[in-house]
Amino acid sequence: MSKKLVYPALSLLAAASLALTGCAPPASTPAPAAAATAPAKAAAALAVSQPWVKAAASGMTGGFGVLKNTSDADITVTGASTAAARTVELHETAMGADGAMRMQAKQGGFVIPARGELKLEPGANHLMLMGLTAPVTAGADVTFTLELAGGGSFDFTAVAKDFSGANESYVEEEGGAGMSHGQPSSTGSAPGSAPSSTSK
Amino acid sequence: MSAGDQRPAGATADSDETGAPRKLPRRGLLFGGAAAGLGALAAAGAHLSGAGIQQAANTAAADPADNVHGGGVVAFYGDRQAGITTAAQAHGVFVALDLRPGTTRSGVRALLRLLSDDAANLCAGQQALADTEGELARVPARLTVTFGFGPGLVAAVDPARAPGWLQPLPAFSVDRLRPEFSHGDLLLQICADDPLTVAHAQRMLLKDSRSFATVRWVQTGFRRAYGSEKSGTTMRNLFGQVDGTSNPAPDSTDHEHVVWGGGDIRPWVDNGTSVVIRRIAMNLDKWDEVDRVGREESMGRRLSNGAPLTGTREHDEPDFKVVSKLGFPVISDVSHLRRARPEDSSQRIFRRAYNYDAAPGAGGVSDSGLIFVSFQADVDRQFTPIQRRLDEMDMLNQWTTPVGSAVFAIPPGCREGGFVGEGMFA
Ligand code: HEM
Repeated sequence: MSKKLVYPALSLLAAASLALTGCAPPASTPAPAAAATAPAKAAAALAVSQPWVKAAASGMTGGFGVLKNTSDADITVTGASTAAARTVELHETAMGADGAMRMQAKQGGFVIPARGELKLEPGANHLMLMGLTAPVTAGADVTFTLELAGGGSFDFTAVAKDFSGANESYVEEEGGAGMSHGQPSSTGSAPGSAPSSTSK
Repeated sequence: MSAGDQRPAGATADSDETGAPRKLPRRGLLFGGAAAGLGALAAAGAHLSGAGIQQAANTAAADPADNVHGGGVVAFYGDRQAGITTAAQAHGVFVALDLRPGTTRSGVRALLRLLSDDAANLCAGQQALADTEGELARVPARLTVTFGFGPGLVAAVDPARAPGWLQPLPAFSVDRLRPEFSHGDLLLQICADDPLTVAHAQRMLLKDSRSFATVRWVQTGFRRAYGSEKSGTTMRNLFGQVDGTSNPAPDSTDHEHVVWGGGDIRPWVDNGTSVVIRRIAMNLDKWDEVDRVGREESMGRRLSNGAPLTGTREHDEPDFKVVSKLGFPVISDVSHLRRARPEDSSQRIFRRAYNYDAAPGAGGVSDSGLIFVSFQADVDRQFTPIQRRLDEMDMLNQWTTPVGSAVFAIPPGCREGGFVGEGMFA
């Protein structure tokens, strides 16, 4: 199976680790938080509801749910991982220059606004699992770890559902060049470049 | 343990069309007052397991004069499953599934977890997980989903737990059973006062079933529309008969014993029971040939109000000793009422039937009948003796023919976080 992905395959994990090792984590997020949240606090302030993943035999799939922030400061998810896949990326679905909706790595990670929530759902923001280590069968539990800006992490378990949608996840083998236009002022990423290895 | 507020995110069905991340979302905002309303009501109604109804606040915005009922919620979670003691809703769909060959114990567990979660959400008026038509879930209309286990499912999980009666009923001479209406591994009884709600729940549950099971049969039934008559009115079947009069009334000790066990009749598991589902064709064309007197005689009750022929009001006790001037019993010995009423008071059942009216076959004008649904703690001791007597002699048999038959064990209900049937895995 050729794994040339249509979206710029910037490994968000790599990006995340950059952010994490940087000295001023909050400042590097798109929406600088008013107050830097201590790692443990950020994790404690997060809650997930309706978590699920799309069942898939192999390859890629998506993870979904609603992330809720009960604190007064924004929380930024900078990366994610699970034993079920070699790599997890934070994806958004955005309109490309050609007007088609494409998914792409979410620059700066997912920001869950203070006292607000972020929906991860098919056709929108989602967790992209790549390189499934085993079939994800309906009803199975998949545990995720979210890395949070400023350190700290948040674990949750999602149930696998038999789902026919979320097929944007499976688009493969398409000219990556067009994708770059769809990215609004993406700095620092390498749009349109050959997919970097998604495995660590 | 409120079904209403277990999944805050379910309340966020009001997503904007673009699916773009939104900044504001406070749960209360997203769902109007409904989430809060549900929570409060659910808190007040913790013990409403079956009969209780909570009115979801998503109808509160409507003018009360509109008489909107779609917000009615029957608690899914409870010691006992809902949809049994629950006052019968207007619409019911019965779906029997067959496990795919090779489905393991853990597969069944995964299936039951998924389906219980779907049911809990939908019954609370919230979209299920991965519900692609979540808007349809917002009118629960007293939705209940009741699970029943056939012999195949119990065998796959733990054969030792199968009650002795969990098998096809003995063959009866009146039977003309068709495989497409008989048996099955898993029953989904889906009832609500709104047929669109039922259809959506059915769709959601089947989507989550399809990797584990295939559909064996589906039977769709109805009663009078909600609000057409005062609630509590005994239903009428397509023969025009008042059907259900002598059912043990929910809330009565009688009902408790008949359905959940009592005396020396024990259920297969505490808070469990059984259901027999018989599809019984009613030949309306032949029934047309019978005049009112003949119709009433075959039943032993009046068509006008269901009163016994020896009484005047529906709930008058029949008196089998009363004879006519000619010396014949007023309620015939071979009437359905007489034959169905046992001498042995332990032989009692709780009927919760639905009418069906399918497309007629070639040349006919009707294919109608009753989805006869009977709950009892013990099939062998309560149901089968009655059916045996009716098989031997019952005037009604001239116009009725059982074409489908299935027996399921009904497991207890579950708590939030659990799933229906979990006790079998303990
Ligand atoms: C299409 C088939 C059937 C029709 C149209 C029908 C109709 C009725 C009607 C109109 C009544 C009187 C009112 C009432 O108490 O509900 C009745 C009573 C009853 N029926 Fe049926 N019935 C059917 C099949 C069955 C079957 C298959 C059984 C059980 C094996 C059954 C068991 C009973 C019992 C136990 C009663 C109550 C008798 C009593 O008053 O003690 N019926 N049925």
